Amino acid sequence: MQLSMIKDLLNAEVLCNEDMLCMETFSAFASDLMSDVLALSCKETILITGLTNIQTIRTAEMLDIKCIIFVRNKKPDNNVIQFAKEKGICLLATSYTMFTTCGILYCNGIKGADMC
Amino acid sequence: MLMEELLSVKYDVISGDFIRGGEASSNLKKLLNQLGIRSDVVKRICVACYEAEMNIVIHSVGGYIQAKIYNDRIEIIAYDNGPGIPDIELAMQEGYSTASEIAREMGFGGGMGLPNIKRSSDEFYITSEVGKYTKLKIIIYFD
Repeated sequence: MQLSMIKDLLNAEVLCNEDMLCMETFSAFASDLMSDVLALSCKETILITGLTNIQTIRTAEMLDIKCIIFVRNKKPDNNVIQFAKEKGICLLATSYTMFTTCGILYCNGIKGADMC
Repeated sequence: MLMEELLSVKYDVISGDFIRGGEASSNLKKLLNQLGIRSDVVKRICVACYEAEMNIVIHSVGGYIQAKIYNDRIEIIAYDNGPGIPDIELAMQEGYSTASEIAREMGFGGGMGLPNIKRSSDEFYITSEVGKYTKLKIIIYFD
């Protein structure tokens, strides 16, 4: 599924790197705990989280995660958005909760990320 | 055959600096990509290095990350100047954490750090002396 479709399904706002919306993804990993993301998510995936600080971007950078979806109306500050822009990570923000976000994406064919 | 050291880099890591925390691992990632190391290996190296770097940020009074790159492997030393780990066996258990509130707010403190470093490494050594230092040695082979 293209990120543009994910954006539409979640009524999401694009916070940066809109040109990446044509990128395809097939799986997602959802967590507010970066320790778990680092420990468990080793295959290419997108990240669903409510954590908006710079370490979320760092974690995504280390794992080659190209898109982060922020849930519950959470939005990072401009410095974090700028940082993600520089790192080539597309940021989306939705008002849905993490549970609902996962549910919508799962029902539309996105699977849970393969774990290590 | 003895493998020759190709490159050595060293980055200082500052205690409590959650803004710059991760910069050393990010710089190392850039370097490894430039050297053409396989992407799945780079990812393992980055996860191990980043966890080690954030451990220094979160738990220590400061230290450094040193990476030595050989033809066939990378050797990373993550060294900090204390306070040291009283019970290494306990610290290696998944879920055990002594992270501060601020570290938890940043998404860490799940007690996954050291086990995850070990899992990502081909060889992993940890030594520590309370009040003095903690030293990790991580070796990851490129093939």
